[in-house]
Amino acid sequence: MVQSFRLENLGLINRDKKLSFRFNGKAYYGYEGDTLASALLANGIHLIGRSFKYHRPRGFFGAGVDEPYAIVQLYRNGETEPNVKATEQELFEGLEAKSVNCWPSVNFDIGAINNFLKIFLPAGFYYKTFMWPKSFWYKVYEPFIRKAAGLGVASIKHDKERYEHKYEYCDLLIAGSGPSGLASAYAAAKNGARVILAEDKARFGGTLLTSEVNIGNKSGREWADGIISELKEMPNVVVKNRSQVFGYYDHNMLVMSERISDHLPKTKKFHPKQKLWYIRAKEVLISSGSIERPLVFGNNDTPGVMLSSAAKEYLKVYGVLVGRKPLVFTNNDSGYETAIEFKKNGIDPIILDTRKDPHSEIVDEAKNLGIKIKFSYVVVAAQGYKKVKSADIAKISDDKEQLGKIENIKCDCICVSGFWTPTIHLASQSGNKTKFNENIDAFVPGISKQKETTLGAANGTYTLDETLKSSFETAHKLSKQITNNDNKISFPNVVEKKSTIHDKFWCVPLPKGKNYKRFLDFQNDVAVSDIEIALREGYRSIEHVKRYTTLGMATDQGKTSNLNGLQLVSKIENKVVPAVGHTTFRPPYTPVSIGAIVGREVGKHSKPTRKSPMHSWHVKNNAVFVDAGVWLRPRYYKLGDENLFEGSKREAKNVRTNVGVCDVTTLGKIDIKGPDAAELLNRVYSNAWLKLPVGKARYGVMLREDGIVMDDGTTTRISENHYHMTTTTAQAANVLSHLEYYLQLVWPELNVNVVSTTEQWAGAAIAGPKSRNLLQKLFPNSDVSNEGLPFMGFTEGDLFGVKARIFRISFSGELAYEVNVESDNGNFMWEKIMEIGEEFKIQPYGTEALSTLRIEMGHVAGSELDGRTIPYDNSLEGLLSKKKDFIGKRSLSREAFIAEDRQKLVGVVPLDKKTSIPEGSHLVKDSNAPLPNPKLGYISASCWSVEHDNPFSLAIIKDGKNMIGKKLFVMSPLKNKVIPVEIVSSHYVDPKGERVRS
Amino acid sequence: MLYIKCPHCGWRSQNEFSYGGDASVIRPELNKKVSDQDWDNFVYNRKSLRGKHWELWQHLSGCRQWIKVERDTATHEIFNTLKANEDIS
Repeated sequence: MVQSFRLENLGLINRDKKLSFRFNGKAYYGYEGDTLASALLANGIHLIGRSFKYHRPRGFFGAGVDEPYAIVQLYRNGETEPNVKATEQELFEGLEAKSVNCWPSVNFDIGAINNFLKIFLPAGFYYKTFMWPKSFWYKVYEPFIRKAAGLGVASIKHDKERYEHKYEYCDLLIAGSGPSGLASAYAAAKNGARVILAEDKARFGGTLLTSEVNIGNKSGREWADGIISELKEMPNVVVKNRSQVFGYYDHNMLVMSERISDHLPKTKKFHPKQKLWYIRAKEVLISSGSIERPLVFGNNDTPGVMLSSAAKEYLKVYGVLVGRKPLVFTNNDSGYETAIEFKKNGIDPIILDTRKDPHSEIVDEAKNLGIKIKFSYVVVAAQGYKKVKSADIAKISDDKEQLGKIENIKCDCICVSGFWTPTIHLASQSGNKTKFNENIDAFVPGISKQKETTLGAANGTYTLDETLKSSFETAHKLSKQITNNDNKISFPNVVEKKSTIHDKFWCVPLPKGKNYKRFLDFQNDVAVSDIEIALREGYRSIEHVKRYTTLGMATDQGKTSNLNGLQLVSKIENKVVPAVGHTTFRPPYTPVSIGAIVGREVGKHSKPTRKSPMHSWHVKNNAVFVDAGVWLRPRYYKLGDENLFEGSKREAKNVRTNVGVCDVTTLGKIDIKGPDAAELLNRVYSNAWLKLPVGKARYGVMLREDGIVMDDGTTTRISENHYHMTTTTAQAANVLSHLEYYLQLVWPELNVNVVSTTEQWAGAAIAGPKSRNLLQKLFPNSDVSNEGLPFMGFTEGDLFGVKARIFRISFSGELAYEVNVESDNGNFMWEKIMEIGEEFKIQPYGTEALSTLRIEMGHVAGSELDGRTIPYDNSLEGLLSKKKDFIGKRSLSREAFIAEDRQKLVGVVPLDKKTSIPEGSHLVKDSNAPLPNPKLGYISASCWSVEHDNPFSLAIIKDGKNMIGKKLFVMSPLKNKVIPVEIVSSHYVDPKGERVRS
Repeated sequence: MLYIKCPHCGWRSQNEFSYGGDASVIRPELNKKVSDQDWDNFVYNRKSLRGKHWELWQHLSGCRQWIKVERDTATHEIFNTLKANEDIS
């Protein structure tokens, strides 16, 4: 297919490299350096999608980030991506894209019936309709709205692309590589500052790519190219294209999204698709330029109506004609520049200027070129459905209220220019309170809030000479402050055409008897009439008007519509624009893919995985793992076809009858040293610690200041001033911070040091009636008899040449020991235990058996110490010292905590001794009571008691101490279960605790 | 993301720190009688100021020191940082 709208020898595309692509299933080709938009326009394609609400045909309106219409579904390398702007997507070989928001096709779209129903779809129609009957919501309205809403379809597949994050620091971050960006980057870099220059587009230069100016005897574009190549060579400069600085956050941190591979058919191996940069800049220069403002007239959304600057860009950068019979409709000189470019390329444009008698170099040039200009003329309405065919035009009175006789002239595109709106988003995001500049009818940044300066067109400076001067000066000044260098570069000679003032007129009145839609927000189909309705209905705040009409919402965030919306409100309300104010600019400036925000932290990378030194042994021995915090722990070791229930039962039973070994490396360990270590323990634990002898361990409970149990564990006195504290796996980090808090801030007089040693020690719990026999063989030189190493005793031993710590502590309730060796020796220890334990029928056991053993013993763990229970609730009140003060003690006398019927830990057994009780179930008195059935308590943990061979659970229940022996019901609406149960003691096995002392 | 000057390590990004609440709260001394009201004030009652606020942060992924930070709760501006043993002026 011939690219019939492509000019020869114009533009910056690479004509040696043809690229083929498909749009809506049809094959086309373009060139390397095209965007999807320019390639489609080169092929004469203007109809690209359907509008959001009325499904009106839509084409291209801009040529970049401001584009409200040209949103496509992109297909690339087996993946699909919604919300891609055709004006930003660079062309690659094999690109495939489809229109969105249309069915069955963009040419024949059934939803377009909305266009004829539009009187029924006014502003706020979502709020007004779909309200009744209520039952219609789920069946009719919601599915309808869901189908109608949104532009494009997100992929449901896992994104196989890689996204990366990068943290960077610099002296100056410069956002935008137009004239002000280039000048300031150059001046700052030459003055020794570390500079990052970011450009959203593929090409550097901004407006210099399209404007007819000279800088230092070069064309603007040549000057830009020269500066960029020089900057790229400098070691103190990072120059990034395809990089959008989209967010300005606190303390001068900005976030930039770099599209590394989106312009390629496929991401290169080991390359990311996109990279998110977190940049902490000492100073930020915002050189984000300005966006042309539309003029508002009837049917101004028809394909073929576009910004005049976009038409110029398609022509000069891509060599593409957006039409052969262009009409330029302008209220300022910028439209003339576009017309002049058309004329120079053999096309005869007509200019309609709303101004009566403008005089400037640019206007004169257009006159001299013989361009037909109609002054005091406006476009009343565009005519044509899927493409502009003609325009109704009319003379407008001097007061801009009266239209003259309407004439119709043929044209195939209407290039509009309503002057320029500075892109102040980044400045505003930084906290800068913007101010209204009457000369340009737009908001510009006010006083800097953070370390940011806005330059050039973004600051409302529209002449090149002034822009370059202020950029050179500002960058020099700021870089001098940072680097103390004083290298000034000479200011180049600038040649540009002078322009004259613009016309403040921007909205064409409706001719009598006509009801044309005059769109303000093109992406959301918000027309002048919608704003009028909103104001008529009493909405006053611009924020409310925005939310009621959706003006300025959606993916383009009103880049082309905001200011016209404000001007309209100001006109109707008879207020000046600054009194109306503008809506808040929030990041991101442009849509950012979720993948880029998440970065590498997906799946297994979302948090680190910690493995014990014995991990490879567990893997080899069929361990089934479970996530325990960030740790991977064996849940059970699968024998044959065993499931979790069977495997854990076997393992737990073996502990009760023979001996088992469990990897307890994950337990938090804190080394505590110093003369005041005992005093610290005495304050953080609820029980007494001052008299613990060397070589002894003690179980302790620590509270938060509000009396809630924080953690439990054993702490052992290794030597006079040296303690070894253990915490639960989950609370290890919090307990360390807790101790540091009290030592550093509350009791700095205590001479104690604490440090985490969790990773320094590998731990194995050896539990079961035969554990002492095994220990004797493991440590033949140590006395591990009941007298030599009594319950809660500690000794150091020699494990075949490896130094070991032996603690006689028990979580399972059996005779048990915990052996610690330095982590590097963990695997050696484990293998020795397994090897020597064979004659005692040792089996490893995982966390499931560990839970079973502790539950039937009535030992509390994380599911009881859940941040809501006090010591009494867990039957730990015996560990509360009456003689001394400790953290949280004062809270325990609160009224609720000492209530007679306070909740307490109990055991629960199903009456049938068969039905397992789901964890989290509620306990009630009467299973048939009307809802809400009063809840007495809840099941905190459940197991299959291997001792009694029936289900057993722990529960925390109101007035628990008086509930033993009562018959209640367990209810689990989630599992749809009602189980009659009996409340028993939480100590279901060995209630006197004889085994651990045996 | 805030940029916090740790008095021990220098400028670091917020993601190295964890927040620790109002720095002006003083724990009642141990073994002293404390009224219900005073204890409630210590454990629960906070002013939730808008404006300058001395607060605690711990340089968790750094030197692990608790520090005092004077921050504007509305604008996030940080005016001063102190070591744990330095008094709020």
